[in-house]
Amino acid sequence: MTALSDILHLLITASLWQSVLALSALLLLPALGGVISERSGVVNIAMEGMMLTGAFFAVYADLHLHNPWLAALVAMFAGGLMALIHAVVSIRFRADQIVSGIAINIFAAGLTVFLVNRVYGLQDVGHINTSESLPNIALPGLSSIPFVGQVFFDQNVIVYVALILLVLTHIVLFRTRLGLRIRAVGEHPQAADTAGVNVFRLRYGAVITSGILSGLAGAYLAIGISNTFVPNMTDGRGYIALAAMIFGKWTPFGAFVACLIFGLGEAIYYNNSIIHASPYLLSALPYLLTLIVLAGVVGRSSPPAADGIPYVAGGE
Amino acid sequence: MRGITKAFPGVVANDHVDLEVRAGEIHALVGENGAGKTTLMNILYGLVHHDSGEILINGKPAKITGPRDAISLGIGMVHQHFMLIPVFTVGENIMLGREPVNGGFYDSARARKEIEALTHQYGLALDPEARTGDLPVGLQQRVEIVKVLYRGASILILDEPTGVLTPQETKELFNVLRDLVKSGKTIIFISHKLREVLEISDRITVMRRGTVVGHLVTKQTSEQEIATLMVGREVLLRVDKKPARPGPVTFRVDDLLANSDRGVPALRGVSFDLHEGEILGIAGVEGNGQSELLEVLAGTRRASGGRVMLGDKDVTTFDARTERDAGICHIPEDRRGAGLVLNFSIADNLVLGRQRAPAFSWRGMLLRLAAIKQWAVRLVNEFDIRAPSIAVPARALSGGNQQKIIVAREMASKPRVLLAAQPTRGVDIGAIEFIHRRLVAERDEGTAVLLVSAELDEIRSLSDRIAVLYEGRIVSIEPAGTAEERLGLLMTGGGTGTGAV
Repeated sequence: MTALSDILHLLITASLWQSVLALSALLLLPALGGVISERSGVVNIAMEGMMLTGAFFAVYADLHLHNPWLAALVAMFAGGLMALIHAVVSIRFRADQIVSGIAINIFAAGLTVFLVNRVYGLQDVGHINTSESLPNIALPGLSSIPFVGQVFFDQNVIVYVALILLVLTHIVLFRTRLGLRIRAVGEHPQAADTAGVNVFRLRYGAVITSGILSGLAGAYLAIGISNTFVPNMTDGRGYIALAAMIFGKWTPFGAFVACLIFGLGEAIYYNNSIIHASPYLLSALPYLLTLIVLAGVVGRSSPPAADGIPYVAGGE
Repeated sequence: MRGITKAFPGVVANDHVDLEVRAGEIHALVGENGAGKTTLMNILYGLVHHDSGEILINGKPAKITGPRDAISLGIGMVHQHFMLIPVFTVGENIMLGREPVNGGFYDSARARKEIEALTHQYGLALDPEARTGDLPVGLQQRVEIVKVLYRGASILILDEPTGVLTPQETKELFNVLRDLVKSGKTIIFISHKLREVLEISDRITVMRRGTVVGHLVTKQTSEQEIATLMVGREVLLRVDKKPARPGPVTFRVDDLLANSDRGVPALRGVSFDLHEGEILGIAGVEGNGQSELLEVLAGTRRASGGRVMLGDKDVTTFDARTERDAGICHIPEDRRGAGLVLNFSIADNLVLGRQRAPAFSWRGMLLRLAAIKQWAVRLVNEFDIRAPSIAVPARALSGGNQQKIIVAREMASKPRVLLAAQPTRGVDIGAIEFIHRRLVAERDEGTAVLLVSAELDEIRSLSDRIAVLYEGRIVSIEPAGTAEERLGLLMTGGGTGTGAV
């Protein structure tokens, strides 16, 4: 029972929850991207590859430009470009969106390794100076509130951005005209088209947005957390974000709750040195949690009706 | 529209079609499935682009490259398959594409007000906050009409609007249409139901195989004349049948219960008897349990209670294979999904389900290809299936010929009970005539036929008795000659059933 009490002790420390939020934000960005893309009717399983591409280009740009903000922009651009490939293949050429997504993930893994070898040879990619990474910002005043301050107001700048984007995505999707149209296109593109809504433009926009958000997550990982690039450093987080999106029933806040659960599991795992249990078992924790919750609590969740189905104008 | 031509790969859907519609009239566009009516209207609405020809609106040439152009020219379309998003509210569906916004935010208060103004003006009551998917079909259609009016349409195209409606709903729709015309709208009414066309339209354009074959004035024509033009030959509109000579009860359904796919009760205690040599029609608005009933009887859905007896054998728990072996055959409602394997050849489709029989396979393992071929050739001739050869995939055939494959396969096994679900849905008049004749012939040979159809006309002309299904129960069993009005009332839960079991 010592392992359990170790975890319970851990659960009341502010530093644990601080890292839960930090790790959740890393999943939240691509998950939000996934929500937007799939709400418009394009299945996107390529967040992994878009994140990885973003991570590489963030490091590459930061080492050259010595400016984390510009580097983050470059990463978003790179992620958006990968998404554009997915968009063209699946919207314009109506290819299978799962296959296209897998192709992009493999392509991104290969491309980044290739670029590392090409640019840096066999040496290390090199580390980013902490002064040139995306900074942690402790909000003055607020961060000195006990417990809450450390958890919510002493975080990396991207965590704040992710939380703002969470609220923004929710508002745009469910309160604005743009959101209504995105959802219409994802549910019944023909209905939207006959009502005078441009299906293709919205889908392109949504897919590219998902790439931009994933690219930003890559930048956060590479020049906000790790301060270097290692091949395959995203380590399946794009897929976990995908699971979070489904688990969250294709809603921003639902996805966020799922990200928190994964983040909690991951944060507990990082503290395995103080828990008397097998670290391997602990590393499986987030996935076990998901399986349990998915099976018991969520029930059947249904994607947007036209998710994954290419639209042909005038087709029957 | 003048000289409109549109070719799809392998078929000319519209061949120099002329259509002239006068302002303020109800103009009917009639023709069989595949005659090109919908293509023509999709061109007018900008969903499909024509290869040649021109469109004039109020005398001025119009260039329509998409629905947006059509909408701005005052053209609105109510599609055969509703263009509504079930999970959206009525208001959101009506507003989509023309949403009132307040600084980018969807302004639901203003949407509500505008919809109320419109519904008041045309007397079309609707609740803008209701979830569209929860509404009955008649109301969903009303949402479509209001949606079109909200876009300021002066020309309304209605594509097969009565296909999904009950007689009462149809009557209501016709009143709405007449009111709309009075307030200055022009209506193009697409249909293949000739009686409705005669009732509602002012003038008629008839299409056949992509060309216009007649311009008629409704008052000066008849059902027979239109039908002849549509099909290109004389057709028998009434089913010719002798009175039934029913034998003993052969199939008995007793207090049957079943759930739908969503896990809610779809059948709440269905009971009826089916005699040898009779056709029992099941009338009802779609979604009242017809699909589930047939699936349970055919063995593809599990009953949660009740009993099904074939003679003195309990077949309640039989699956599709054992049902078939016991002599219950099934023409499923979903022809392309459940009735055929579209990529299989005609011959393969004709033996599906019987491939284990010794006649067609050696010890149930190796197919006897020669026997299958012989069998297929025989059925293709007997059932007049028109195809270049028995080796072509079923996908390549017209709806009517696809349906004939299923009918041939099911009838050829000499069933004791034949379950026929929507046997003529989406099938041309020639094939309808043929299938109806075969169903009656099957009855005369002593088969017990259960007929489910959304077309009340079909039920009334074929059935010897009519059971009305409403919310998973048989509310009444009526004699053959029951008036349409009475059936319509029973179908929507009104009236009092007689002879209900």
